[in-house]
Amino acid sequence: MSRMTKLRLFGRTKDLEGQIDEFLDKISEAAVMFRLGVRTYLKEGANGDFKSKLKAVNTLESEADNLRRNIEKELYTHTLIPDARGDVLGLVETLDHLLNLFEGTLWAIAIEKPQISDEFVSGFRKLTNMVVQAADALVLAARSFFRTPHMVGDHNHKVMIYEKEADKISTQLKMDIFDADIDLAHKAHLRNFVEQIDNVADWAEDVADRLAIYAIKRTV
Amino acid sequence: MDPLVLIFLSSGLFLGWALGANDAANVFGTAVGTRMVQWSTAAIICSIFVILGAAVSGAGTSTTLGKLGSISTLAGAFMTALAAAISVYLMTKSGLAVSTSQAIVGGIVGWNLFANAPTDTTILTKIVSTWFLCPVLSAVIAVVLYKALRLYLRHAELHLVRTDAYLRVGLLMAGAFGAYALGANNIANVVGVFIPAKPFPDLTLGATTLSGTQQLFLLGGFAIAIGVMTYSRGVMMTVGGELGRISPAAAFIAVIAHSIVLFIFASRGLEALLLDAGLPTIPLVPVSSSQAVVGAVVGIAILQGVHGIRWRVLGNIMLGWVATPVMAGLICFFGLFFLQNVFGQKVF
Repeated sequence: MSRMTKLRLFGRTKDLEGQIDEFLDKISEAAVMFRLGVRTYLKEGANGDFKSKLKAVNTLESEADNLRRNIEKELYTHTLIPDARGDVLGLVETLDHLLNLFEGTLWAIAIEKPQISDEFVSGFRKLTNMVVQAADALVLAARSFFRTPHMVGDHNHKVMIYEKEADKISTQLKMDIFDADIDLAHKAHLRNFVEQIDNVADWAEDVADRLAIYAIKRTV
Repeated sequence: MDPLVLIFLSSGLFLGWALGANDAANVFGTAVGTRMVQWSTAAIICSIFVILGAAVSGAGTSTTLGKLGSISTLAGAFMTALAAAISVYLMTKSGLAVSTSQAIVGGIVGWNLFANAPTDTTILTKIVSTWFLCPVLSAVIAVVLYKALRLYLRHAELHLVRTDAYLRVGLLMAGAFGAYALGANNIANVVGVFIPAKPFPDLTLGATTLSGTQQLFLLGGFAIAIGVMTYSRGVMMTVGGELGRISPAAAFIAVIAHSIVLFIFASRGLEALLLDAGLPTIPLVPVSSSQAVVGAVVGIAILQGVHGIRWRVLGNIMLGWVATPVMAGLICFFGLFFLQNVFGQKVF
């Protein structure tokens, strides 16, 4: 193998490593922005600060989309990691959906402007914190998959715990909403948002389940 | 040069072609089958290194085969190589694990029986014992190397993409080493039986002189390379598919273990080192490349839990230890009879 080919080969490798790391960074950043966006809305409503967070998540989502496409193109054009390519592709696509969930929820809040009275604010805040923690743990698990597959299980375990906690909080929140003295349409509207936010943790758990299998395949 | 020489050599060259077509897959099969390495790259590297191995380090195993039976006529060598080639073809057709090394040994013993020449039982025992030793040694080496690689990968925390890139380069280098070892170890099967008959005079090219034996090795090396270039693609894809469940890392180790074993059984340098150190030497014997790879894969499978072992493959190998040489010996014996009595050729 010539020196040039070798250099190019490892150069491409470095680029792809960088793109995968950057893609995971985008998800972490989006999770932070999502959390701040919901908190801002709960505190101040759909004001300028909320809109800036929404815009940030929008931008992160489209940047992550571009990175995902590049990663997929690179993997298939140069037939890289043939034995794990399908798994990486599946992982990148399911992780990308997490960004769609962040973006979709913030857009729904911006459009529908749900009226969340003070008695539910704490529940919504707790729920948002928990689902974001689940997403964060998932990103750590995904990073582990690429470098330390034997550690994936530890991070996945945390995803499961946060998801379970998020379920408890969302159930309690829905019970509180339906016990409250507000009209049924309002109750249904708020329940919809509880489920939408909780969906982030559910999705994180689904991805973690897949990741566990991918990691087993890598460690064998 | 007598044109009859080429006709007589054709059986050996055919055997070389079959060896290239089949055994290149042991060196590059998994790499190509899993698309870690392109077939064209594998074929070029394999061809170059197989010729180099044959020309530079092929003498050791040829000497051992010569000790087993010194076939003195070209016609006798032709039939011995043809018997081996037919056995390899028939065994492959029956789907049994086949080794050109075992076929040629059977053929030589067949010639010894026909020519009433004594078979050196010490050499024969040495050769047969390596057939058992080869896959076992390959398995042991594979286990040790695989454990070391796994430990390294766990601690190095390399990115998946980087591990993949390193493995690609590793597979190419291991393949080159494997092809060299294959040429060095197995060239004796292809042209070894023709050496005592001395079909070529020395050839002087400028400042260098190629002996008749070196010309034979070179010709045999080219025959193997042509086998690689013309027919190995399908075999590589099949081997890659069959062994598809093993990871590229395991494939890399399997090729390295295979290559080390073939090299150990072919290296005069190593023999000299062991002699200097006062240690027992390893016999320089052509061994089966396929069985070395299967041994390595089984070794790795044992390490991962016994569920991965394909006992049928192991059974086939053991059957091959008996069936291949017996078949080649019988074909050679009866073929020599026809060659002598029907075609009037001097076979010993």
